[in-house]
Amino acid sequence: MIPTLLVFAYLAAVFYIGIFAFRHSGAGAEDFFLAGRSLGSTVFLLSLFGTNMTAFTILGASGHAFANGIVTYSLMASSSAIVIPLTLFFFGTRLWALGRRHHFITPVQMMRDRWECGHIGSLITLVQTVFLVPYIIISVMGGGTALSAISGGRIPYWVGGAVVAIVVMSYVFFGGMRGTAWVNTFQTILFLSFGSITIVVIGYGMGGFGPAVESMLADARQSALLTRENVSMAYYVSYLFIPLSSIAFPHMSIFCLTAKRMAAFKKTVVLYPLCIMAVWLPSVFLGVMANRATEVPGIQAKLEARSTLAAQGPALPASEREDLRKQAAGDDILLLLLEQYAPLWLAGLLGAGIMAAVMASDSQILALSTMVTEDLFAFYGGKERFGEALQVFTGRAFVVGVTIVAYVVALRAPGAIFDVAVQYAFTGYAALCPLLWAALYWRRSTKWGALACALWSAGAVAAIAVLQAVFAQPGVILSLGGLELIERTPRGIAVLGFMPVAPVTLISLGLLIGVSLLTAPPAAATLGRYFTPRPGAAPQS
Amino acid sequence: MKQATLTLLVVTLIVLHQDFWFWTSARPLLFGFLPAGLWYHMFYCLAASAMMAALVRWAWPAEDERRAEQAGEPEA
Repeated sequence: MIPTLLVFAYLAAVFYIGIFAFRHSGAGAEDFFLAGRSLGSTVFLLSLFGTNMTAFTILGASGHAFANGIVTYSLMASSSAIVIPLTLFFFGTRLWALGRRHHFITPVQMMRDRWECGHIGSLITLVQTVFLVPYIIISVMGGGTALSAISGGRIPYWVGGAVVAIVVMSYVFFGGMRGTAWVNTFQTILFLSFGSITIVVIGYGMGGFGPAVESMLADARQSALLTRENVSMAYYVSYLFIPLSSIAFPHMSIFCLTAKRMAAFKKTVVLYPLCIMAVWLPSVFLGVMANRATEVPGIQAKLEARSTLAAQGPALPASEREDLRKQAAGDDILLLLLEQYAPLWLAGLLGAGIMAAVMASDSQILALSTMVTEDLFAFYGGKERFGEALQVFTGRAFVVGVTIVAYVVALRAPGAIFDVAVQYAFTGYAALCPLLWAALYWRRSTKWGALACALWSAGAVAAIAVLQAVFAQPGVILSLGGLELIERTPRGIAVLGFMPVAPVTLISLGLLIGVSLLTAPPAAATLGRYFTPRPGAAPQS
Repeated sequence: MKQATLTLLVVTLIVLHQDFWFWTSARPLLFGFLPAGLWYHMFYCLAASAMMAALVRWAWPAEDERRAEQAGEPEA
């Protein structure tokens, strides 16, 4: 009961922050969608980090580590710790500068102007939307699951999902980007504190980590979880491409435009790797250590399901295998550890920290609303015809609409579908990353190159998803002269042993360059607005 | 020269992410409980932070910043 009450107090605080932001907001689209480009460096750092952290970060990371071991950290965290700050440094700062100079609210507005195109921009918006929607649905599902788990099942999933969805919708609706940024800042402070407290409490409860690690090393079934021997180097290298998706996610690229000064990026890029470490290291380590917490009945049941799956998996009927996989899944592992080892009041506080990570749909909903109102409604004449006030109203109405649809879908659809969709959204956004590079840095890029890149990204992701659905069992899908080109693995699809994200992104880049070189570049006057003239070039009129 | 050094720094750090030398061994354990593959990447994050500080110090896009801030103050 105490944890549930503390979580509700947290939700009330978050709601109040949204209302407070509403009282401080001004009129106009730039204020609602970009907080009037006014965020200072601390709020910018904490909010941007919070925007990028989702339910997967804390719950998913510990669940992945429970099953796969310490490799989770280098696959997902340290790769992000280098790639994301680099993309923020090179792409984020330039996006911010161009947004300030030309008053863009979304990256697609910049691409339309930069490449002199209209409908191609709409297509890019559409592709981004398709990749983003599953995220929002998963977040609503995560809210329902977490609230239900924290309350010990007293709050049913459908009520938990509704409560979280209503709170998120309210502060996005009222506070817009300002409310979302302030709430994200509050949430980031919570889950940054969460990591260190949790590791101390659980470590103490388990009687110290040293004996647990030594006993894992002595156990042949578990020692591999403390190394990376179960993962191939090709698979590991491919993972470096995944964080390229971060800056291409609309909620991240739009967020880059909210800083008051470019200097806000300085603190962000330097501290970002440390924030990643503070959140991920405890999550991953505790996920691995959970393998020794056999006195927790829920964890013991998961370990037994995993053993049965390993010993008899191929001989079992598909439905039984699926049931065992669900039982063995570790997404609730941190909650189980907290329940066992933390005092009730602390479990409540930490539960609020988990809720903070789960409620990441806010910036995604706002980004979707921004894209629809700016890139579609305003672009096709809505702003001129109906005015800016109605545009903001449309944005707010869209926030409500998206939340309701996401909630209804989250109640009815099986989660596994969206897990797969989210998995491939990373691939899709990584493949769209070359678009940003070309728009920001390559003057010879063209709208046709951009179109090829967007179409390839959408098509490739759809093809991979179809392959994964059609070929459910591991095996070779396509080989050429003895070379296994495409393979179905237990984890998904592999291309020459690499995760699809690597070849899909490289081909996307190749298409963008190739098609651009074959087509006419934008006018010199357009390029003059984006690039400083080359030394010796004729002055532009 | 400065640009080449910084490029080399970034490339080196990306290569160092592929630490095949700790692939199959959990030892040495740091503080008696952190496996090698974990503490290596913990220090890697610290190194990434230091690298970003170097980029901010020596490769900051000051010209973009100047042109953008000349374009005017935000309204709010």
